[in-house]
Amino acid sequence: MATDLATPAAALTQEENLRYSRHLILPEVGVEGQLKLKQAKVLMVGTGGLGAPLGMYLAAAGVGKIGLVDFDVVDHTNLHRQIIHGTKDVGRKKIDSAADTMHDINPNVELVKHEVAITSENAFDIIKDYDIVVDGTDNFPTRYLINDACVLLNKPNVYGSIFRFEGQATIFATEGGPCYRCLYPEPPPPGLVPSCAEGGVLGVLPGIIGMIQATEAVKLILGQGTTLVGRLLLYDALHMKFRELKLRKAPDCPVCGTNRTITKLIDYHQFCGVPDPQAPVAPPVKGEIEVTELKAMLDRGDKFKLIDVREPYEYQIARIPGATLIPLGDIPKRLAEISRDEDLVLHCKMGGRSAKAIGILKEAGYTRLTNVRGGIQAWSEKVDPSVPKY
Amino acid sequence: MAKILIPTPLRQFTGKLDAVVVSGATIGEALGALTTQHADLRKQLYSDEGKLRSFVNVYLNDEDIRYLAKDATPVADTDIISIVPSIAGGRYGD
Repeated sequence: MATDLATPAAALTQEENLRYSRHLILPEVGVEGQLKLKQAKVLMVGTGGLGAPLGMYLAAAGVGKIGLVDFDVVDHTNLHRQIIHGTKDVGRKKIDSAADTMHDINPNVELVKHEVAITSENAFDIIKDYDIVVDGTDNFPTRYLINDACVLLNKPNVYGSIFRFEGQATIFATEGGPCYRCLYPEPPPPGLVPSCAEGGVLGVLPGIIGMIQATEAVKLILGQGTTLVGRLLLYDALHMKFRELKLRKAPDCPVCGTNRTITKLIDYHQFCGVPDPQAPVAPPVKGEIEVTELKAMLDRGDKFKLIDVREPYEYQIARIPGATLIPLGDIPKRLAEISRDEDLVLHCKMGGRSAKAIGILKEAGYTRLTNVRGGIQAWSEKVDPSVPKY
Repeated sequence: MAKILIPTPLRQFTGKLDAVVVSGATIGEALGALTTQHADLRKQLYSDEGKLRSFVNVYLNDEDIRYLAKDATPVADTDIISIVPSIAGGRYGD
Protein backbone atom coordinates (compact mmCIF):
# COMPACT_ATOMS: atom_id res chain seq x y z
CA MET A 1 0.00 0.00 0.00
CA ALA A 2 1.19 3.48 -0.82
CA THR A 3 0.89 4.65 2.76
CA ASP A 4 3.30 1.93 3.90
CA LEU A 5 5.88 2.99 1.36
CA ALA A 6 5.91 6.48 2.82
CA THR A 7 7.54 5.26 6.06
CA PRO A 8 11.35 5.21 6.07
CA ALA A 9 11.67 1.54 7.13
CA ALA A 10 9.50 0.61 4.20
CA ALA A 11 12.10 1.09 1.52
CA LEU A 12 14.96 -1.01 0.21
CA THR A 13 18.44 0.41 -0.21
CA GLN A 14 20.45 -0.26 -3.33
CA GLU A 15 22.49 -2.84 -1.42
CA GLU A 16 19.27 -4.55 -0.39
CA ASN A 17 17.95 -4.52 -3.94
CA LEU A 18 21.02 -6.52 -4.95
CA ARG A 19 21.11 -8.73 -1.88
CA TYR A 20 17.48 -9.76 -2.24
CA SER A 21 17.31 -9.66 -6.05
CA ARG A 22 16.40 -13.36 -6.34
CA HIS A 23 13.58 -12.73 -3.89
CA LEU A 24 12.45 -9.57 -5.64
CA ILE A 25 11.92 -11.36 -8.94
CA LEU A 26 9.66 -13.97 -7.31
CA PRO A 27 6.07 -12.82 -7.81
CA GLU A 28 5.20 -14.27 -4.36
CA VAL A 29 7.81 -12.03 -2.70
CA GLY A 30 8.63 -8.99 -4.79
CA VAL A 31 9.41 -5.61 -3.23
CA GLU A 32 6.21 -5.75 -1.20
CA GLY A 33 7.12 -9.11 0.34
CA GLN A 34 10.72 -8.11 0.95
CA LEU A 35 9.50 -5.03 2.81
CA LYS A 36 7.24 -7.24 4.91
CA LEU A 37 10.31 -9.29 5.80
CA LYS A 38 12.26 -6.12 6.59
CA GLN A 39 9.53 -4.94 8.94
CA ALA A 40 9.06 -8.35 10.58
CA LYS A 41 10.20 -9.14 14.10
CA VAL A 42 10.94 -12.78 14.88
CA LEU A 43 12.02 -14.26 18.20
CA MET A 44 14.02 -17.46 18.07
CA VAL A 45 14.24 -19.34 21.33
CA GLY A 46 17.41 -21.41 21.33
CA THR A 47 20.46 -21.06 19.11
CA GLY A 48 21.29 -24.76 19.00
CA GLY A 49 20.53 -27.45 16.45
CA LEU A 50 17.20 -26.04 15.27
CA GLY A 51 18.23 -22.43 15.86
CA ALA A 52 21.35 -22.74 13.72
CA PRO A 53 19.75 -23.01 10.27
CA LEU A 54 16.83 -20.89 11.45
CA GLY A 55 18.96 -17.97 12.48
CA MET A 56 21.16 -18.15 9.42
CA TYR A 57 18.28 -18.35 6.91
CA LEU A 58 16.05 -15.80 8.65
CA ALA A 59 18.96 -13.37 8.68
CA ALA A 60 19.79 -14.13 5.05
CA ALA A 61 16.14 -13.68 4.08
CA GLY A 62 16.20 -10.16 5.47
CA VAL A 63 13.94 -10.44 8.51
CA GLY A 64 14.31 -6.94 9.95
CA LYS A 65 14.61 -7.75 13.62
CA ILE A 66 15.56 -11.10 15.11
CA GLY A 67 15.62 -11.75 18.84
CA LEU A 68 17.81 -14.55 20.16
CA VAL A 69 17.23 -16.31 23.47
CA ASP A 70 20.01 -18.51 24.82
CA PHE A 71 22.21 -18.65 27.90
CA ASP A 72 24.29 -21.67 26.96
CA VAL A 73 27.95 -21.92 25.98
CA VAL A 74 29.25 -23.64 22.83
CA ASP A 75 30.91 -26.97 23.54
CA HIS A 76 32.46 -29.61 21.32
CA THR A 77 29.40 -31.87 21.43
CA ASN A 78 27.36 -29.13 19.73
CA LEU A 79 29.49 -28.87 16.61
CA HIS A 80 28.19 -31.86 14.65
CA ARG A 81 24.83 -30.15 14.19
CA GLN A 82 24.86 -26.54 15.41
CA ILE A 83 26.45 -25.10 12.29
CA ILE A 84 25.90 -21.49 13.33
CA HIS A 85 28.83 -22.08 15.73
CA GLY A 86 32.32 -23.09 14.65
CA THR A 87 35.24 -24.82 16.35
CA LYS A 88 36.72 -21.40 17.12
CA ASP A 89 33.57 -20.61 19.12
CA VAL A 90 33.92 -23.43 21.67
CA GLY A 91 33.71 -21.81 25.09
CA ARG A 92 31.93 -18.70 23.81
CA LYS A 93 28.36 -17.78 24.63
CA LYS A 94 26.09 -19.27 21.98
CA ILE A 95 24.18 -16.04 21.70
CA ASP A 96 27.35 -14.12 20.78
CA SER A 97 28.58 -16.77 18.39
CA ALA A 98 25.16 -17.03 16.69
CA ALA A 99 24.80 -13.25 16.43
CA ASP A 100 28.26 -12.96 14.86
CA THR A 101 27.42 -15.55 12.20
CA MET A 102 24.07 -13.91 11.47
CA HIS A 103 25.59 -10.43 11.32
CA ASP A 104 28.20 -11.71 8.90
CA ILE A 105 25.48 -13.18 6.68
CA ASN A 106 23.38 -10.01 6.76
CA PRO A 107 24.52 -6.87 8.62
CA ASN A 108 21.18 -5.19 7.83
CA VAL A 109 19.36 -7.33 10.39
CA GLU A 110 18.84 -5.89 13.84
CA LEU A 111 19.81 -8.58 16.35
CA VAL A 112 18.53 -8.43 19.91
CA LYS A 113 20.23 -10.66 22.45
CA HIS A 114 18.18 -12.01 25.36
CA GLU A 115 20.85 -13.79 27.33
CA VAL A 116 18.53 -15.51 29.78
CA ALA A 117 16.63 -18.71 30.26
CA ILE A 118 13.06 -18.00 29.23
CA THR A 119 10.85 -18.36 32.30
CA SER A 120 7.26 -17.79 33.38
CA GLU A 121 8.43 -14.48 34.87
CA ASN A 122 10.11 -13.02 31.77
CA ALA A 123 8.36 -14.75 28.85
CA PHE A 124 5.69 -12.10 28.23
CA ASP A 125 8.23 -9.28 28.37
CA ILE A 126 10.52 -11.00 25.91
CA ILE A 127 7.85 -12.21 23.47
CA LYS A 128 5.52 -9.20 23.39
CA ASP A 129 7.66 -7.11 21.02
CA TYR A 130 7.84 -9.78 18.30
CA ASP A 131 5.40 -10.89 15.61
CA ILE A 132 6.36 -14.55 15.48
CA VAL A 133 8.10 -16.97 17.85
CA VAL A 134 10.18 -19.86 16.56
CA ASP A 135 10.68 -22.63 19.10
CA GLY A 136 14.11 -24.20 18.84
CA THR A 137 14.31 -25.49 22.40
CA ASP A 138 15.08 -28.97 23.61
CA ASN A 139 12.92 -29.69 26.63
CA PHE A 140 9.27 -30.06 27.58
CA PRO A 141 8.98 -27.36 30.28
CA THR A 142 10.18 -24.67 27.86
CA ARG A 143 7.97 -25.94 25.05
CA TYR A 144 4.82 -25.74 27.19
CA LEU A 145 5.90 -22.33 28.46
CA ILE A 146 6.41 -20.99 24.92
CA ASN A 147 3.12 -22.49 23.80
CA ASP A 148 1.09 -20.98 26.60
CA ALA A 149 2.80 -17.59 26.31
CA CYS A 150 2.20 -17.51 22.54
CA VAL A 151 -1.47 -18.49 22.94
CA LEU A 152 -2.01 -15.88 25.63
CA LEU A 153 -0.26 -13.17 23.57
CA ASN A 154 -1.73 -14.25 20.20
CA LYS A 155 1.67 -14.87 18.59
CA PRO A 156 2.17 -17.69 16.10
CA ASN A 157 4.61 -20.33 17.36
CA VAL A 158 6.59 -22.10 14.66
CA TYR A 159 7.34 -25.45 16.20
CA GLY A 160 9.97 -28.09 15.46
CA SER A 161 11.32 -30.96 17.50
CA ILE A 162 13.71 -33.81 16.92
CA PHE A 163 14.65 -37.21 18.27
CA ARG A 164 17.39 -39.43 16.83
CA PHE A 165 16.33 -39.68 13.16
CA GLU A 166 12.83 -38.25 13.45
CA GLY A 167 11.47 -34.76 13.43
CA GLN A 168 8.13 -33.02 13.80
CA ALA A 169 7.14 -29.55 12.64
CA THR A 170 4.00 -27.45 12.60
CA ILE A 171 2.70 -23.99 13.52
CA PHE A 172 0.78 -23.45 16.74
CA ALA A 173 -1.23 -20.60 18.20
CA THR A 174 -2.37 -18.85 15.04
CA GLU A 175 -5.78 -17.18 15.06
CA GLY A 176 -8.27 -20.05 15.24
CA GLY A 177 -5.53 -22.69 14.87
CA PRO A 178 -4.52 -25.46 17.27
CA CYS A 179 -1.83 -25.17 19.94
CA TYR A 180 0.72 -27.58 21.41
CA ARG A 181 -1.67 -28.57 24.18
CA CYS A 182 -4.34 -29.44 21.57
CA LEU A 183 -1.82 -31.94 20.22
CA TYR A 184 -0.36 -33.10 23.54
CA PRO A 185 -2.30 -31.94 26.61
CA GLU A 186 0.45 -33.15 28.94
CA PRO A 187 4.14 -34.03 28.74
CA PRO A 188 5.40 -37.54 29.40
CA PRO A 189 6.31 -38.12 33.02
CA PRO A 190 10.09 -38.09 33.36
CA GLY A 191 11.56 -41.51 32.82
CA LEU A 192 8.70 -43.10 30.96
CA VAL A 193 9.73 -42.14 27.47
CA PRO A 194 13.35 -43.11 26.96
CA SER A 195 15.68 -40.16 26.80
CA CYS A 196 19.47 -40.16 27.08
CA ALA A 197 19.73 -43.93 26.97
CA GLU A 198 17.93 -43.88 23.65
CA GLY A 199 19.16 -40.39 22.81
CA GLY A 200 21.48 -39.03 20.24
CA VAL A 201 20.56 -37.20 17.09
CA LEU A 202 21.66 -37.34 13.48
CA GLY A 203 23.57 -34.11 12.92
CA VAL A 204 21.71 -33.03 9.79
CA LEU A 205 18.26 -33.75 11.27
CA PRO A 206 17.86 -30.42 13.12
CA GLY A 207 19.10 -28.78 9.92
CA ILE A 208 16.13 -30.14 7.97
CA ILE A 209 13.57 -29.40 10.69
CA GLY A 210 15.03 -25.96 11.45
CA MET A 211 14.87 -25.06 7.77
CA ILE A 212 11.25 -26.18 7.61
CA GLN A 213 10.59 -23.85 10.55
CA ALA A 214 12.44 -21.03 8.78
CA THR A 215 10.40 -21.65 5.61
CA GLU A 216 7.15 -21.49 7.56
CA ALA A 217 8.19 -18.33 9.39
CA VAL A 218 8.99 -16.64 6.07
CA LYS A 219 5.64 -17.77 4.60
CA LEU A 220 3.76 -16.44 7.63
CA ILE A 221 5.46 -13.08 7.17
CA LEU A 222 4.78 -13.00 3.43
CA GLY A 223 1.24 -14.32 3.80
CA GLN A 224 1.94 -16.68 0.91
CA GLY A 225 1.32 -20.34 0.22
CA THR A 226 -0.18 -22.95 2.49
CA THR A 227 1.40 -23.09 5.91
CA LEU A 228 1.64 -26.04 8.29
CA VAL A 229 -1.20 -24.66 10.45
CA GLY A 230 -3.45 -27.64 11.19
CA ARG A 231 -0.94 -30.17 9.91
CA LEU A 232 1.76 -32.03 11.82
CA LEU A 233 4.64 -32.82 9.50
CA LEU A 234 6.62 -35.93 10.43
CA TYR A 235 10.04 -36.54 8.96
CA ASP A 236 11.95 -39.80 9.13
CA ALA A 237 15.54 -39.27 8.02
CA LEU A 238 16.46 -42.94 8.21
CA HIS A 239 13.83 -43.96 5.66
CA MET A 240 13.69 -40.50 4.02
CA LYS A 241 9.96 -40.18 4.40
CA PHE A 242 7.75 -37.21 5.01
CA ARG A 243 4.22 -37.77 6.29
CA GLU A 244 1.60 -35.42 7.55
CA LEU A 245 -1.18 -35.82 10.07
CA LYS A 246 -4.23 -33.69 10.68
CA LEU A 247 -3.92 -31.42 13.65
CA ARG A 248 -7.15 -30.09 15.11
CA LYS A 249 -7.93 -27.42 17.62
CA ALA A 250 -9.16 -29.29 20.70
CA PRO A 251 -12.43 -27.84 21.98
CA ASP A 252 -11.44 -28.87 25.52
CA CYS A 253 -7.89 -27.48 25.30
CA PRO A 254 -7.03 -25.96 28.70
CA VAL A 255 -5.30 -22.94 27.19
CA CYS A 256 -6.99 -22.24 23.83
CA GLY A 257 -10.31 -24.11 24.12
CA THR A 258 -13.72 -22.78 24.97
CA ASN A 259 -13.47 -23.30 28.73
CA ARG A 260 -9.95 -22.22 29.47
CA THR A 261 -8.42 -23.17 32.78
CA ILE A 262 -4.98 -21.75 32.05
CA THR A 263 -5.12 -17.97 31.80
CA LYS A 264 -1.64 -17.14 33.01
CA LEU A 265 1.78 -18.77 32.94
CA ILE A 266 2.36 -21.55 35.46
CA ASP A 267 5.34 -23.41 36.94
CA TYR A 268 6.38 -25.51 33.94
CA HIS A 269 9.03 -27.55 35.71
CA GLN A 270 6.48 -28.65 38.24
CA PHE A 271 3.96 -29.28 35.42
CA CYS A 272 6.49 -31.52 33.68
CA GLY A 273 7.70 -33.12 36.91
CA VAL A 274 11.33 -32.21 36.37
CA PRO A 275 13.71 -30.25 38.56
CA ASP A 276 14.29 -26.63 37.63
CA PRO A 277 17.84 -26.47 36.26
CA GLN A 278 18.07 -22.87 37.49
CA ALA A 279 17.32 -23.94 41.08
CA PRO A 280 20.21 -24.25 43.52
CA VAL A 281 21.77 -27.70 43.63
CA ALA A 282 20.15 -29.76 46.36
CA PRO A 283 22.31 -31.61 48.86
CA PRO A 284 22.67 -35.36 48.28
CA VAL A 285 19.68 -37.34 49.42
CA LYS A 286 19.76 -40.57 51.40
CA GLY A 287 20.99 -43.44 49.26
CA GLU A 288 23.09 -41.16 47.11
CA ILE A 289 26.85 -40.62 47.16
CA GLU A 290 29.17 -38.17 45.46
CA VAL A 291 31.73 -39.43 42.95
CA THR A 292 34.51 -38.46 45.35
CA GLU A 293 33.02 -40.82 47.94
CA LEU A 294 32.88 -43.60 45.31
CA LYS A 295 36.57 -42.98 44.59
CA ALA A 296 37.37 -43.22 48.30
CA MET A 297 35.40 -46.47 48.58
CA LEU A 298 37.29 -47.94 45.61
CA ASP A 299 40.64 -46.76 47.00
CA ARG A 300 39.90 -48.26 50.42
CA GLY A 301 38.93 -51.54 48.79
CA ASP A 302 35.44 -51.49 50.31
CA LYS A 303 33.36 -54.51 49.38
CA PHE A 304 30.55 -53.61 47.02
CA LYS A 305 29.45 -54.19 43.43
CA LEU A 306 29.55 -51.22 41.06
CA ILE A 307 26.93 -51.49 38.32
CA ASP A 308 26.93 -49.28 35.23
CA VAL A 309 23.41 -49.11 33.78
CA ARG A 310 24.27 -47.23 30.60
CA GLU A 311 24.17 -48.65 27.07
CA PRO A 312 27.08 -50.71 25.64
CA TYR A 313 28.03 -47.94 23.19
CA GLU A 314 28.38 -45.52 26.07
CA TYR A 315 30.49 -48.04 28.00
CA GLN A 316 32.76 -48.18 24.95
CA ILE A 317 33.35 -44.44 25.12
CA ALA A 318 34.00 -44.16 28.85
CA ARG A 319 33.87 -46.33 31.94
CA ILE A 320 34.68 -46.31 35.63
CA PRO A 321 37.21 -49.07 36.38
CA GLY A 322 35.66 -52.11 38.02
CA ALA A 323 32.09 -51.40 36.91
CA THR A 324 29.87 -54.19 35.60
CA LEU A 325 27.71 -53.18 32.66
CA ILE A 326 24.01 -54.02 32.93
CA PRO A 327 21.98 -51.61 30.78
CA LEU A 328 18.86 -50.24 32.46
CA GLY A 329 16.55 -52.05 30.06
CA ASP A 330 18.21 -55.41 30.80
CA ILE A 331 17.97 -55.24 34.58
CA PRO A 332 14.59 -56.99 34.98
CA LYS A 333 15.79 -60.03 33.03
CA ARG A 334 19.26 -60.15 34.58
CA LEU A 335 18.31 -60.09 38.26
CA ALA A 336 19.92 -63.54 38.69
CA GLU A 337 23.32 -61.89 38.12
CA ILE A 338 22.72 -59.33 40.86
CA SER A 339 23.19 -60.55 44.42
CA ARG A 340 20.87 -59.37 47.15
CA ASP A 341 23.54 -59.97 49.78
CA GLU A 342 26.05 -57.32 48.89
CA ASP A 343 26.08 -53.54 48.66
CA LEU A 344 25.18 -52.35 45.19
CA VAL A 345 26.37 -49.00 43.88
CA LEU A 346 24.79 -47.92 40.60
CA HIS A 347 25.84 -45.26 38.14
CA CYS A 348 24.91 -44.01 34.67
CA LYS A 349 25.89 -40.89 32.72
CA MET A 350 24.32 -38.26 34.97
CA GLY A 351 22.46 -40.10 37.71
CA GLY A 352 18.95 -40.29 36.27
CA ARG A 353 18.92 -43.76 34.80
CA SER A 354 20.72 -45.28 37.79
CA ALA A 355 17.98 -43.79 40.00
CA LYS A 356 15.42 -45.55 37.80
CA ALA A 357 17.41 -48.79 38.06
CA ILE A 358 17.35 -48.48 41.85
CA GLY A 359 13.57 -48.10 41.64
CA ILE A 360 13.34 -51.35 39.66
CA LEU A 361 15.63 -53.19 42.09
CA LYS A 362 13.71 -51.89 45.12
CA GLU A 363 10.51 -53.26 43.61
CA ALA A 364 12.28 -56.58 43.17
CA GLY A 365 13.12 -56.60 46.90
CA TYR A 366 16.68 -55.33 46.91
CA THR A 367 17.62 -53.10 49.82
CA ARG A 368 21.38 -52.44 49.79
CA LEU A 369 21.29 -49.79 47.05
CA THR A 370 23.26 -46.60 46.50
CA ASN A 371 23.14 -44.18 43.57
CA VAL A 372 26.17 -42.26 42.30
CA ARG A 373 25.19 -38.63 42.04
CA GLY A 374 26.08 -37.02 38.72
CA GLY A 375 27.21 -40.32 37.17
CA ILE A 376 30.27 -40.78 35.05
CA GLN A 377 30.05 -37.16 33.92
CA ALA A 378 30.74 -36.02 37.48
CA TRP A 379 33.45 -38.70 37.75
CA SER A 380 35.17 -37.20 34.72
CA GLU A 381 34.83 -33.67 36.11
CA LYS A 382 35.79 -34.32 39.73
CA VAL A 383 37.82 -37.52 39.90
CA ASP A 384 39.44 -38.53 36.63
CA PRO A 385 39.52 -36.05 33.71
CA SER A 386 41.09 -38.74 31.51
CA VAL A 387 37.68 -40.45 31.40
CA PRO A 388 36.16 -38.97 28.23
CA LYS A 389 33.02 -36.86 28.42
CA TYR A 390 30.40 -37.34 25.75
CA MET B 1 -4.42 -57.07 9.22
CA ALA B 2 -3.59 -53.42 9.80
CA LYS B 3 -0.08 -52.02 10.00
CA ILE B 4 0.99 -50.08 13.07
CA LEU B 5 3.96 -47.75 12.67
CA ILE B 6 6.19 -47.67 15.74
CA PRO B 7 8.06 -44.41 16.43
CA THR B 8 11.75 -44.40 17.30
CA PRO B 9 11.40 -43.86 21.07
CA LEU B 10 9.15 -46.92 21.41
CA ARG B 11 11.07 -49.31 19.17
CA GLN B 12 13.06 -50.61 22.12
CA PHE B 13 9.81 -52.16 23.33
CA THR B 14 9.04 -53.89 20.01
CA GLY B 15 12.37 -55.63 19.54
CA LYS B 16 13.48 -52.74 17.31
CA LEU B 17 10.63 -53.27 14.82
CA ASP B 18 9.49 -50.05 13.12
CA ALA B 19 6.18 -51.55 12.03
CA VAL B 20 4.02 -54.34 13.38
CA VAL B 21 1.17 -55.98 11.49
CA VAL B 22 -1.73 -56.98 13.71
CA SER B 23 -5.30 -58.15 13.38
CA GLY B 24 -8.15 -56.25 14.92
CA ALA B 25 -11.41 -54.74 13.77
CA THR B 26 -10.98 -51.57 15.82
CA ILE B 27 -8.13 -49.38 17.03
CA GLY B 28 -8.62 -50.80 20.53
CA GLU B 29 -8.33 -54.38 19.27
CA ALA B 30 -5.32 -53.58 17.09
CA LEU B 31 -3.47 -51.86 19.95
CA GLY B 32 -4.52 -54.70 22.24
CA ALA B 33 -2.98 -57.20 19.84
CA LEU B 34 0.17 -55.05 19.61
CA THR B 35 0.59 -54.83 23.38
CA THR B 36 -0.06 -58.55 23.75
CA GLN B 37 2.73 -59.28 21.28
CA HIS B 38 4.98 -56.68 22.92
CA ALA B 39 3.97 -56.55 26.57
CA ASP B 40 6.55 -53.92 27.58
CA LEU B 41 4.82 -51.45 25.30
CA ARG B 42 1.63 -51.56 27.35
CA LYS B 43 2.98 -49.39 30.16
CA GLN B 44 4.27 -46.87 27.63
CA LEU B 45 0.94 -46.46 25.87
CA TYR B 46 -1.58 -46.86 28.67
CA SER B 47 -1.91 -45.44 32.16
CA ASP B 48 -2.54 -47.73 35.13
CA GLU B 49 -6.25 -47.06 34.62
CA GLY B 50 -5.99 -48.39 31.07
CA LYS B 51 -6.36 -44.98 29.43
CA LEU B 52 -4.25 -44.00 26.43
CA ARG B 53 -1.61 -41.62 27.76
CA SER B 54 -2.01 -37.96 26.95
CA PHE B 55 1.43 -37.56 25.41
CA VAL B 56 0.81 -40.40 22.98
CA ASN B 57 -1.44 -39.80 19.99
CA VAL B 58 -2.81 -42.49 17.74
CA TYR B 59 -3.76 -41.79 14.15
CA LEU B 60 -5.76 -43.86 11.70
CA ASN B 61 -4.09 -42.89 8.44
CA ASP B 62 -3.86 -39.09 8.87
CA GLU B 63 -6.70 -38.61 11.35
CA ASP B 64 -6.34 -38.40 15.13
CA ILE B 65 -8.53 -41.13 16.70
CA ARG B 66 -9.67 -38.61 19.34
CA TYR B 67 -11.73 -37.07 16.52
CA LEU B 68 -12.96 -40.43 15.22
CA ALA B 69 -14.46 -43.03 17.55
CA LYS B 70 -11.31 -43.31 19.73
CA ASP B 71 -10.67 -46.98 20.65
CA ALA B 72 -13.85 -48.04 18.85
CA THR B 73 -12.68 -46.58 15.50
CA PRO B 74 -13.06 -49.32 12.87
CA VAL B 75 -9.87 -50.43 11.14
CA ALA B 76 -9.66 -51.84 7.62
CA ASP B 77 -6.86 -54.07 6.34
CA THR B 78 -5.43 -51.31 4.20
CA ASP B 79 -5.28 -48.79 7.05
CA ILE B 80 -2.11 -47.52 8.62
CA ILE B 81 -2.13 -46.81 12.34
CA SER B 82 0.53 -44.40 13.62
CA ILE B 83 1.63 -43.95 17.20
CA VAL B 84 3.06 -40.45 17.61
CA PRO B 85 4.53 -39.60 21.03
CA SER B 86 5.62 -36.12 21.93
CA ILE B 87 9.33 -35.46 21.54
CA ALA B 88 11.12 -32.43 22.86
CA GLY B 89 14.60 -32.46 21.46
CA GLY B 90 17.95 -33.36 22.84
CA ARG B 91 17.83 -33.05 26.56
CA TYR B 92 15.32 -34.36 29.03
CA GLY B 93 16.24 -35.86 32.35
CA ASP B 94 18.70 -38.69 31.88
